[in-house]
Amino acid sequence: MGLEAKLTQDGFFTTKIDAIIEWSRKNSVWPMPMGISCCAIEMMAAGDPKYDIARFGSEVMRFTPRQCDLMIVAGTVTYKMSHVVRKIYDQMPDPKWVIAMGACTSSGGMYRSYSVVQGIDQFLPVDVYVAGCPPRPDNLLNALIQLQEKIGRTKAREFGDIKLPELTVIQNN
Amino acid sequence: MATLKENISFKLKEKFPEINFEISEFREEVTILFNKKNIVEVCHFLKEDEELQYKLCEDITAIDWAKRGDRYSVVYHIFSLKNNTRLALKVNVDESDCSVDSVSSIWRTANWHERETYDMYGITFNNHPDLRRMYMPEEFEYYPLKKDFPLLGIPGSLPLPKK
Repeated sequence: MGLEAKLTQDGFFTTKIDAIIEWSRKNSVWPMPMGISCCAIEMMAAGDPKYDIARFGSEVMRFTPRQCDLMIVAGTVTYKMSHVVRKIYDQMPDPKWVIAMGACTSSGGMYRSYSVVQGIDQFLPVDVYVAGCPPRPDNLLNALIQLQEKIGRTKAREFGDIKLPELTVIQNN
Repeated sequence: MATLKENISFKLKEKFPEINFEISEFREEVTILFNKKNIVEVCHFLKEDEELQYKLCEDITAIDWAKRGDRYSVVYHIFSLKNNTRLALKVNVDESDCSVDSVSSIWRTANWHERETYDMYGITFNNHPDLRRMYMPEEFEYYPLKKDFPLLGIPGSLPLPKK
């Protein structure tokens, strides 16, 4: 097909460390399903064989934040719940991303009310907003593709607190 | 055959001749209005009477009339499994003495219904075993279903996590 055909010719290939890290990061985004209300049903549908989020390398829904790169906040976030969402987000290892799925999460939606946070960007850095009430699974997949493009544009070494291994130059004598 | 309203009216007046009951009917739903100081004994009678047996307390809530003399009404919806009939009990509560006696000793489920009413309207229930807030955080200072509470809340009254 592609890579293996090349590799059988030379047995190796050259690339930049940034490129290979970006490529592997963006094709294995592990989501933390933060399903709070009805959007969560559509998020589950995105994982089923019909829509199949596995096509984009994100089928590994971990129910612990410590193994996740992406938090999909799917549902109405109340002020009481906001502390829980933030606590879970804080437990995710860097680098991490957030998708705000649906109208409630992005802006409070139809809950223009004293108890609902009018958009989770008041306490979380959001990368992609998904429109819809609830959004269809295709819409969530589109958001994931957008996020992958964003991850692809990010330089791996922009995350300063993550140590990359020191590379030694092999000298051929 | 006597209607529900006639039957209830007869039984209550027989048992409590000194209490003034205002009994009204709207679309086959009977509502009884009386003084709040009698709430516990009336509820006890309605539950324990052999013929009535209002053993299920479906809901307790309140109404904020905003500009009326007695500002609030506390409403009890009770159901008789034996007769398959519903009753609504209403007592008026004024803002100056914003409390009613708790009926949680009669119906256990009233415990949480009364907590919810306290949380939303600020009406306290005397002798309640555990009168804490139900939905809003403990440290919240307002009562959101009061008519003078703004729809979008009071900015800064509910803390958000730091960004």
